[in-house]
Amino acid sequence: MMQKGGTDVNLMDMTALALAKKIRAGEVSAPEAARAALEQIKRLEGTVHAYVTVDEEGALKQAEEVQKKIEAGELTGPLAGVPAAIKDNMCTKGLLTTCSSRILENFVPTYTAQAVENLEAAGVVVLGKTNMDEFAMGSTTETSAYGVTRNPWNPEHVPGGSSGGSCAAVAANECSFALGSDTGGSIRQPSSFCGVTGIKPTYGTVSRYGLIAYGSSLDQIGPVAKDVSDCAAILEVIASWDRKDSTSIKRDDCDFTSALTDDVKGMKIGIPRDYLGSGLDVEVKQAILAAAEVLREKGAEVEEFDLSLVEYAIPAYYTIASAEASSNLSRFDGIKYGYRAKEYEGLHQMYKKSRSEGFGPEVKRRIMLGSFVLSSGYYDAYYLKALRTKALIKQAFDRAFAKYDVILGPAAPATAPKLGESLSNPLQMYLGDIYTISANLAGIPGISVPCGRDSKGLPIGLQLLGDCFQEKKIIRAAYSFECSRTYEAPALAGKAVE
Amino acid sequence: MAKQYETVIGLEVHVELATKTKIFCGCSTQFGGAPNTHTCPVCTGMPGSLPVLNKQVVEYALAVGLATNCQINQHCKFDRKNYFYPDNPQNYQISQLYLPICHDGGVEIETEKGKKTIGIHEIHMEEDAGKLIHDEWEDCSLVDFNRSGVPLIEIVSEPDMRSAEEVIAYLDKLRLIIQYLGASDCKLQEGSMRADVNLSVREAGAEKFGTRTEMKNLNSFKAIAHAIENERERQIDLLEAGEAVVQETRRWDDTKEYSYAMRSKEDAQDYRYFPDPDLTPVYISDEWIARVRAAQPELRTEKLQRYKEEFSIPEYDAGILTSSKRLADLFEEATAICKKPKKVSNWLMGETLRLLKENGQEPEDLRFSPENLAKLVNLADAGTVNNRVAKEVFEKIFTDDIDPEVYVEEHGLKTVNDEGALRSTVEAVIAANPQSVADYKGGKEKAIGFLVGQTMKAMKGKADPGAVNKMLKEILSR
Amino acid sequence: MANIISDETIEYVGILAKLELSDEEKEQAKADMGKMLDYIDKLNELDTTGIEPMSHVFPVQNVFREDMVTNGDDREAMLKNAPEEKDGAFVVPRTVE
Repeated sequence: MMQKGGTDVNLMDMTALALAKKIRAGEVSAPEAARAALEQIKRLEGTVHAYVTVDEEGALKQAEEVQKKIEAGELTGPLAGVPAAIKDNMCTKGLLTTCSSRILENFVPTYTAQAVENLEAAGVVVLGKTNMDEFAMGSTTETSAYGVTRNPWNPEHVPGGSSGGSCAAVAANECSFALGSDTGGSIRQPSSFCGVTGIKPTYGTVSRYGLIAYGSSLDQIGPVAKDVSDCAAILEVIASWDRKDSTSIKRDDCDFTSALTDDVKGMKIGIPRDYLGSGLDVEVKQAILAAAEVLREKGAEVEEFDLSLVEYAIPAYYTIASAEASSNLSRFDGIKYGYRAKEYEGLHQMYKKSRSEGFGPEVKRRIMLGSFVLSSGYYDAYYLKALRTKALIKQAFDRAFAKYDVILGPAAPATAPKLGESLSNPLQMYLGDIYTISANLAGIPGISVPCGRDSKGLPIGLQLLGDCFQEKKIIRAAYSFECSRTYEAPALAGKAVE
Repeated sequence: MAKQYETVIGLEVHVELATKTKIFCGCSTQFGGAPNTHTCPVCTGMPGSLPVLNKQVVEYALAVGLATNCQINQHCKFDRKNYFYPDNPQNYQISQLYLPICHDGGVEIETEKGKKTIGIHEIHMEEDAGKLIHDEWEDCSLVDFNRSGVPLIEIVSEPDMRSAEEVIAYLDKLRLIIQYLGASDCKLQEGSMRADVNLSVREAGAEKFGTRTEMKNLNSFKAIAHAIENERERQIDLLEAGEAVVQETRRWDDTKEYSYAMRSKEDAQDYRYFPDPDLTPVYISDEWIARVRAAQPELRTEKLQRYKEEFSIPEYDAGILTSSKRLADLFEEATAICKKPKKVSNWLMGETLRLLKENGQEPEDLRFSPENLAKLVNLADAGTVNNRVAKEVFEKIFTDDIDPEVYVEEHGLKTVNDEGALRSTVEAVIAANPQSVADYKGGKEKAIGFLVGQTMKAMKGKADPGAVNKMLKEILSR
Repeated sequence: MANIISDETIEYVGILAKLELSDEEKEQAKADMGKMLDYIDKLNELDTTGIEPMSHVFPVQNVFREDMVTNGDDREAMLKNAPEEKDGAFVVPRTVE
């Protein structure tokens, strides 16, 4: 039993479900949980810098209200009272939302993203907004205009990206769980680098309303948490058929927690040979194959197969995502919100200066590329070609899922690189997304679960992919695997206990 | 001898649809309102907002397409047209390029030279832009997004027109079809119907089209006619001087009666269209098409024919009555009540149009009810009021939609049908005007008119002039 | 490198994207874009004849709203974000000469 007002770091050691259970039982209050998180944030932000904005006042106020509702029996859900963090590309009414970009340095949305509203309705307390690669463009959280986020396992290393702030915050116990978004691996890759669990759901499962778009046809919001059970419970809460998002899908199979069974007997698992090639770090490969072995021992049928087309996913992705981004980001023009250049002459210079000063280099790079591939004379050769490739990649997955329940592989070719190593060579950085990107092109769900650490002590993530709407299969496989090990937190997360 | 030139014209007509809400959000389309009060995150391009298509927009676009004999793209979708301008909050307009809802249609127009079909290349759905207000005193413009996201259809014609007359006949035809469908009120002055003119000239007999220009900002039929004439001459002058016409967009300034190029280095005409990933495709089933077709109201051509046959109305009159949906509706509804088509037609063709002209109004502005018109027709037909009184009463109906039965009663305007009272008045007038009586008897037929007038005056207008005339002649012939 | 991006192309794309690059940034952008396009050209190895371009992964269609007014007036909150505001409207540099 916690002491009231004491250092409640242990509250943050708990999974979201365990903490909520204590709150429901009256052993801990929601404000106590929020305070524990805020204390941890104060303690570690100097090192980790997972947040762009911490809303201490708002969180405590929200926690008080939630507590009343819990006591009144109005909030009984499995996450009520738990403090969480939201990636800073989801709109939160009255709370600064920057996309980690200077161009939105002062943007305060007038409405809240549907996924966040769903969380709030379930009694989740929003602590603040997490750092990310600017507009979710990047794999390291180093392209943020508000400073880099550091990996809680080793602050010399990146947390991955683009949801690096969300994943680092979860790993560092600076929240009970977080929401991230995944356009090309932006939940799964940083989850893998930070030793936490993250799900990218089937496209259309979680409403994109209020998610500031990067690549609209690829973006999905998903949970980041300490374990698979938390992720399943969070996904159950945030998934909804939203009439405000035309691409939202009506599903009646969102009871994801029902799949939390330690049973993979007879499950067919395929490992793409194409994922185990020369680009893959040896230690990562060993960890992945060991994880596959665990599942085999539990009764799954595991075999290698040729997925094909893997090397075409990245060029197709960068064409499509950049094209969509070039259009999606044109609304940032210094007129309605955000940054406007201080000095300019005339309208066009106002546009150009505001955007050039407001966007960072990686964002500009993708906007330029996207504008080019859509421009007159290049549309067919680049954009349509990429959409045709996407169709072929979807077909390849369809063929694979006709044979396998789950595709198993690494979430990333290597563990977290050192800060500053990646940005010098963008193309090299893009190649790091090779295992995650095709899931976004095909719209399929994927999960990353920790499966060990390398010799540097950095976490390795196991990625499981399922067919569209088959989240339950990957949740079951991931949960079964997770049952074979215990959750490891970075030393830094618990330091204050000493 | 100077060369002969032919003008080749195609139109892009934008029509604001009569929906209650915008095309992609639940904001009102109501005209007016303080700046930015009919807005939401979607139609102001707030980060994270997403569009959802208003079904009624598809219904209207489909109805217009069917009424203009178009083929329907049963699988249609929306594309983004990317360009920066402050009235365009997302800096892309959601429109249709690759698969517009309708294509390959046409309408028949009639000009002095006869009938002709103007082809319709396509009709697509899109969103309107906001409004820019230019500050009088400061070097800035103000952006109001109330109109941003109002649904439009753009009707793109083939380059089939050769004169301003044909252009206006075509626009008039479109306007009537769309008004009849109830898809828009099509008011040029208020901008709910707008036409951009694509024009080129070529030497008479030439096969190839010349280089065309696009003219924008044409707010009236007059402006369209002037702009066409002006641009035709400008292009011919260029060609005669051995210069080339530049393909460009030009803006018409109606007060200066002059157009100028809108081109700038910063406005590269490269819209980078691509399918909008935020919107799903629209599938229009055979059943949907059949339903819209079945619900299609009678259009002008059919109505005109029916008026001639069913009501024996002359072609000219039927043409005028059907030239406005409002006139035609008034005609049919009043006729249904009083069963006197010819008389109703006379009131509409005569007094109604006269008063509209006097007041500078359009038939669409008529506010009186068919019931009151029908009542007046009956009153006049039964001789309850005479013609002069009837016209006076009609003016009241026109302005205030009064009930003529009540009005006539209250103001004591009924024709006096009392034979005795009339006879004694007539006799008194004869007695008082011996000179006129003598003139009449001396063969001056016209003198009778004066006596009728005097009698009417004495009766305070409430007599039937025909009856007075008859009685005067009868008494004087004794 | 197969794709050589010219100064004109970078200038043109800058106009389309409304980005103003310094000379140094331009050189970098030319090199980056060239490299990316070389990489994207890898897609030409694939035979995509007869393959329909796939915009949406799921065949969802006819997602509509009914024509009913649902939005109120959100003007004040919205305008608070505007860099410059006047009389309830957003202020921009004069758009016509």
